[in-house]
Amino acid sequence: MDLFQIDFGGQASKKVLGIDLGTTNSLVAFMDLTGPVVIPDPAGRNMVPSIVSLSDDGHSYIVGDEARARLITRPDHSVYSVKRLMGRGAADIAGEIKLFPFKIAEGSESVLRLRMGDRTLTPPEVSAQVLRRLKANAESYLGEPVSQAVITVPAYFNDAQRQATKDAGRIAGLEVLRLVNEPTAASLAYGLDKRNEGVIAVYDLGGGTFDISILRLHEGIFEVLATNGDTHLGGDDIDNRLLAIAIEDASSEWGRDISTIGEAVQTFRQAVIAAKEALSFAPEASIEVSYGGKTYQRSITRNHFESLIKDIVDRTLAPCRQALRDSGLGPDQIDEVVLVGGSTRIPLVRLAVRNLFKAEPHTDLNPDEVVALGAAVQAAILSGEVQDQLLLDVTPLSLGIETMGGVVTKLIHRNSTIPASASEVFTTSVDGQKHVLIHVLQGERELVKDCRSLARFDLKDIDPLPAGMTRIEVRFLIDANGILAVSARDVRTGKEQSVEVKPSYGLTDEQVDAMVKESFDKAEEDFRARQVREAQVEADTILSAVEKAKANDAWLLLADEERATVDLAVNQLLAVYHSDNHRLILDHIARLDEATVRLAETMMNTAVQDALKGTKI
Amino acid sequence: MSHSKEEHHCWNCGEHSASERAARSLFCQFCNTLQAPSPDYYRFFSLPKTLAIDDEALQQTFYQMSRLLHPDRYGRRHERERNYSLEATAILNDGYRVLKDPVRRAEYVLRENGFQVGEQRSNEVPPELLEEVFELNMMLDELKAGDDDVIPQLDEARDRFLAMLDSIDTELDEEFRSHDAADDDGARMASLTAIRGILHRRRYIRNLIDEVDRQLTSRNA
Repeated sequence: MDLFQIDFGGQASKKVLGIDLGTTNSLVAFMDLTGPVVIPDPAGRNMVPSIVSLSDDGHSYIVGDEARARLITRPDHSVYSVKRLMGRGAADIAGEIKLFPFKIAEGSESVLRLRMGDRTLTPPEVSAQVLRRLKANAESYLGEPVSQAVITVPAYFNDAQRQATKDAGRIAGLEVLRLVNEPTAASLAYGLDKRNEGVIAVYDLGGGTFDISILRLHEGIFEVLATNGDTHLGGDDIDNRLLAIAIEDASSEWGRDISTIGEAVQTFRQAVIAAKEALSFAPEASIEVSYGGKTYQRSITRNHFESLIKDIVDRTLAPCRQALRDSGLGPDQIDEVVLVGGSTRIPLVRLAVRNLFKAEPHTDLNPDEVVALGAAVQAAILSGEVQDQLLLDVTPLSLGIETMGGVVTKLIHRNSTIPASASEVFTTSVDGQKHVLIHVLQGERELVKDCRSLARFDLKDIDPLPAGMTRIEVRFLIDANGILAVSARDVRTGKEQSVEVKPSYGLTDEQVDAMVKESFDKAEEDFRARQVREAQVEADTILSAVEKAKANDAWLLLADEERATVDLAVNQLLAVYHSDNHRLILDHIARLDEATVRLAETMMNTAVQDALKGTKI
Repeated sequence: MSHSKEEHHCWNCGEHSASERAARSLFCQFCNTLQAPSPDYYRFFSLPKTLAIDDEALQQTFYQMSRLLHPDRYGRRHERERNYSLEATAILNDGYRVLKDPVRRAEYVLRENGFQVGEQRSNEVPPELLEEVFELNMMLDELKAGDDDVIPQLDEARDRFLAMLDSIDTELDEEFRSHDAADDDGARMASLTAIRGILHRRRYIRNLIDEVDRQLTSRNA
């Protein structure tokens, strides 16, 4: 075992990455000697767009900026904003899937399956491709392999969404040491150089999610008092407002419905995003699209834009008020407000925040990078590099169990500091009962149908005794990642009781294991395919060179057996050309190379002689 | 509660100690590794079993123990120590939530002493409130029937109940002190019985206020 292996030191300490796995963009950071730093990709870009596209040959994935163009050219092979789909089932997204051009495959009730070309991927597998890219960027930047990371999630993510994020890490070959809530991570990045005491509110409006967290900072302890949010509210919704108008406009102008054409919708989406971003700095902007030989142009004023999105911005205020109530504080008791997420660049958003908290929001750090920087700080806390800071986070949603009449009995209330636990004793109700099924839910409502089903826990192999004789104490433990674990024990015997978990949404451990294995196999397969392809390219080069040489006079100067050796080598190479063994191909390339040494020499000599002949001395 | 003779036996270094102090410590006094935590909140926070608690000191202890026990501090330690850290921090957080709130704290002590509390949502009206509750229910019926004229009266009733809640809290405080001062088990149990009665009344009034709030909100909506 790895008993105290690190404490003894010796080998270089392993770096832990801080990763912001965003709806729109993802970033990776680490703790440098000077503080947290974002790691750029080899081209120097800090942000990797969270876009994944399957290559045309179906062998590899294209991630980030390079995949963006493929949203337009190969929409059926490409996926974006997959974070919105993490930990959800087909029924959950029935309403919003219309706005996504994704194709949902069969069997998506508890886990979505997206069609990408001829492959079917779950959201964690798609996210794993983004993570794998970030990992590779970090490894080439740091010059050493990394295998551990802290990944951020929206504070308001439920258990299934958190588990899905953790699964994505595992599939990407990363040990996820901790999931950290995004607003809390942001506060770590701010707190690091400010050393402030007091109460801060972090308002985080990203591409697809909204979070609000209220924290108390005290001597290096970041204590979350309350958190709230909406996991389906963000910049995407703002884009969709503009998109709907532009598409309708263009459809009537061009006389055909373009809302069902994937390429067109993506082209328009990118154009409205550009206009939206421009409106944060200018009072007027223009939406410009050229598609299918036609052009579309319309200008939009900031006033009009603001009237379009006002209700979206207002939707962030109710969670803010709830968080304030839960923290037992009034708006005037908030000392500072921190803005996180690209959407907080919108002036109307800033105005709303200023009005609510009666404070000028902080924007010193780049709102796109602050979460990744905070994740790097948390990574350094876990690796022991940073010792004077500690994050005390909370669970965003109440945890309860189903009781008689479809009612939820709450066991752990929202905003409880995590790790948190609760115990409940269950008894059998029928003579000889061997199973007890416990339905666990998350949410604030009273009825089962209004809460989010988390899992069913089956207490198995109960000693068959008269009804009520068996008493089983079940312990619900939410860990520091906000993920639930359940254990059970027979009160009478003290014996550990076996529990089978049936998650309502998401993958089972076995499924994730299979994906981890498959991703290694696939990586292996992809790698082998590439090696074969490279060998074939090399073979093409030498074969065409030999073909050309045979037209040269030198070919005729060779002895018969020399020509036969070359022909034999060519035929042998052609025979193995289509094998899947790159070594075999390379071997025969080497043999042909050797067989043509005489030919090459002869060619060289005749060339020299020709040159001499042609030169007038 | 009586404790049987306890011993410290470290899972990591194997050292024994018969001293009570060592047995109660969260860390081994020999090798300083984290030990299996006690689920008793008072014992965990090293507090005497009193019902009156210094909030400020409790918060300081909570922060201090968080620094020592939090799983973030055990990321690269032995798996068993990591599990103890998770367990200990869960108890720390659960315990802090209970101990910092006078009502939950009192309920916890009552339960520890064999009293049944909280679970049953008793509809039994405390006798001294009978008349008030009767009137209140009449007003709520009138409100439901669409008579908005009762709203000012309801507001007055609500204020009265809030004032009652305040005086109950004072009463609770006093009873806490007499519990803490009790010099024998009989006096202590008598005090706890009184506290249970006060908590019952408090819960009843709290529910009434919530009901009035619900009705008034739905009226306004």
